[in-house]
Amino acid sequence: MRYAETGFNLEVDLTRGNIERVETDPRDTELYLGGLGTNAKILWERVPPEVEPFSPENLLIFGAGLLCGTPAIGCNRTIVSTISPQTLLMAFSMMGGFWAPELKYAGYDKVILRGKSPNLVYLWINNDKVEIRDATHLKGRGAVETAELIRQELKEPRAQVAAIGLAGENRVYFASIEQGRSSASRGGIGAVMGDKGVKAIVVRGTKDINVARPAEFLALCNEVMSYIKFRNENPIPGVMPILAGLGSPQEMKVHDEKWHTENFMWGNSRVRQKDFWNEEVARQWAETLDSMRTRLISCYNCPMTCGATISPPGLPTYMMKCFSKLTYTMAAFADLEFGLGIAQSATEYGVDGFSTPQVMAFALELYENGILTDDDFPGMPSDNEGRFYWLLDKIVRREGIGDVLANGTYWAARQIGKGAEAYAHNNIKKHEQLPLKLSMLNPIYFLMYATGEKINITQIEGQFPQAPWPTREEREEFVKDWFQVPDEKFKQYLLDWEPRGEKSMPFYPTVEMCCDIVDWQEKMHYIDDGLGMCSGLSSFPLKPPYHMHNYPAFISSGAGIDMDEAKLTQAAKRYRTLVRAINIRRGMRRKDDKPPENHWKKRFPELEKELLDTYYKFKGWNDQGIPTKESLHELGLDYVSEDFEKRGIYSDNDGASSKETSPETEKN
Amino acid sequence: MGEKKKKIIKSIKIDVEKCNGCRSCEMICSAFHATPKYSSNNPARSRIRLIRDPLRDIYLPVYAGEYAPAECMGRDKYVIAGKEYEECGFCRASCPSRDVFKEPDSGLPLKCDMCEDDPPQEKPLCVQWCIHDALIYEEREEEVEEEVKLEDVEVGLESMIDKYGLEKVMDTVTRISASKKS
Repeated sequence: MRYAETGFNLEVDLTRGNIERVETDPRDTELYLGGLGTNAKILWERVPPEVEPFSPENLLIFGAGLLCGTPAIGCNRTIVSTISPQTLLMAFSMMGGFWAPELKYAGYDKVILRGKSPNLVYLWINNDKVEIRDATHLKGRGAVETAELIRQELKEPRAQVAAIGLAGENRVYFASIEQGRSSASRGGIGAVMGDKGVKAIVVRGTKDINVARPAEFLALCNEVMSYIKFRNENPIPGVMPILAGLGSPQEMKVHDEKWHTENFMWGNSRVRQKDFWNEEVARQWAETLDSMRTRLISCYNCPMTCGATISPPGLPTYMMKCFSKLTYTMAAFADLEFGLGIAQSATEYGVDGFSTPQVMAFALELYENGILTDDDFPGMPSDNEGRFYWLLDKIVRREGIGDVLANGTYWAARQIGKGAEAYAHNNIKKHEQLPLKLSMLNPIYFLMYATGEKINITQIEGQFPQAPWPTREEREEFVKDWFQVPDEKFKQYLLDWEPRGEKSMPFYPTVEMCCDIVDWQEKMHYIDDGLGMCSGLSSFPLKPPYHMHNYPAFISSGAGIDMDEAKLTQAAKRYRTLVRAINIRRGMRRKDDKPPENHWKKRFPELEKELLDTYYKFKGWNDQGIPTKESLHELGLDYVSEDFEKRGIYSDNDGASSKETSPETEKN
Repeated sequence: MGEKKKKIIKSIKIDVEKCNGCRSCEMICSAFHATPKYSSNNPARSRIRLIRDPLRDIYLPVYAGEYAPAECMGRDKYVIAGKEYEECGFCRASCPSRDVFKEPDSGLPLKCDMCEDDPPQEKPLCVQWCIHDALIYEEREEEVEEEVKLEDVEVGLESMIDKYGLEKVMDTVTRISASKKS
């Protein structure tokens, strides 16, 4: 009997319309857990580097985490993996919500899509009955609207729907997959779904999910619940409100946006408004949010209320969470009312809330600087807010300049030329980043930005405080009940860390300490993505209820896999390395491991080189960032080094094979 | 008059405004009632159901009540504070008109038992897992007169006698009691 997982994947060949239920190998669960880990294993085995993102051979995998569907609180994430049209690397965007547990209850751990459907279809998974159904009547419909229409059509209000909007259908490189209050947005995975001709995957399940040692597992859940209550009552002192508690940053709850609006950049990640926040803005924004926010809501089996239902005046209701509250507002130099209004359209169109505003601000910056002209914007309104709505519409329809912008700032800039490249200044590995421009290099963040293959800083950071408290007493207070550390040395790192002086940034934490810290932070995110746990209860916040010391017990008693800290560390390292291997095989090298040029004003090239050299070594990678034969052997990944050798990857030092053409420009 | 008896009335107060829609209540209910306890879970087996329609801001936890062999002759719709709740929305019965409160494989009716347990749980599990207090457990003591029940029987029997005649009712009671004893 399989515990926590169902032991079955659904293999769907869209070209032939064939559906198969395939039993999986329990040994893979032990080595790669589930979710991201086993997704990566499948991508490595079945999608060789020659496969283009929009090729029928590319896979689109919807993987439920190993513990999704068990009573583990907050464990509800779907990990969607494919080859991204934007980065041309492995994308593994994730979403919370209700979809992954429902898939488990239907009797599957993953849905693996291959091929391409000739017509727009949706997949209807109702326990053992799975059908590919016509979706031509849903063409052009919004993602939220589609979910509603399908539930009505199937007369199944309890079905969970993951759908794309117009952006996905038109293969916009930053198209998302939307699922009620959640979305998998990064890396353009919605474009791959659209390319495959799949409008939605609809799931309803009424079967049992078993755990191996029930009493033990439930006791662990109860501990987590008690600790959540404790942390809700005891926020971390001395940090900004969104970092004080658990959950995703509580943007839907918190009215005080002084920190984001004054520290993050506005427009095309250019302008800092240091004195933006005042009483009048505070009053106005609070009023806007209070008038539009109907309710704070949660994902499946989670008491944190990180999302909200938003009803902008005169527009349909939608759901939102986190930082997309501010991204449109800040890109357009507008107010919150505008931001929450345009986000309604953006959610229906199904686009990423980080990339989209930046692409639009980028276009307007090119216009202001004469690189794009009136001819590129026929009929664009003259008012600022109207322009953003106009641009959004052009992008998702791929009309006129929108067809170029729909490829994201990196590819659009190359297509436009005339110096436009300099305006696509906020990318890592061709993907738009948070609009942050800071002064002093932060060595921890340097490593995370440079080497993170999730391409999103919020999905790499966490656990370790972002800055030291000013006094030693405060730091001592913090480490007192900091039992989550995987090793006591982390407490000392923090205690000795000063805001100024000898033991401050960028030379303290030392290079070695930075490696330890980044490795810990990354490891926790990767474990979460294998288990399907929300980072909001685990890898992202300070002092979370899930950590290195209780995870092994959760896996042992839940999935019946004998697990301890060493073995879990090794498993996470194994599939983390496999993700890198997939990208290395697609041409990624050291040259790609870098943050945006202007992310920090004060850079330290020598220190940065030392950081990267040391971290690579620490990770078992060579100076090009390629996992060495020895480290692969240690992880039981000899099959990777054999492939590397066959392809001459170890002797090719600059990754010249790295492709520099956009899939969209090649389509004709 | 009959003897007065004390009885504990258990109830769950439901505050729909506080519900965050997470469905932990469904999950933990099904886990508690699994055999062995907590060995599996499946919200479709739950004795509490959350009617959840986020776009219309409807969050309505409903507990399974008595089994009803037939569906109602008429139905009703509630509109509360401008929100229209689905037909049968507030009804607790496991009945032929809908698929809730039935075991998914056997179709047998489910009924909330307030998590009867040995040793007793302090509160039903759904209440324990709802930290937003959308579900509040309450106990109160009530005095009930046993006699009332006898009167009910008498009223019922009299109406039967009126309708079918004394002889027929007596025959029927005799036959039923004979078959029950055998």
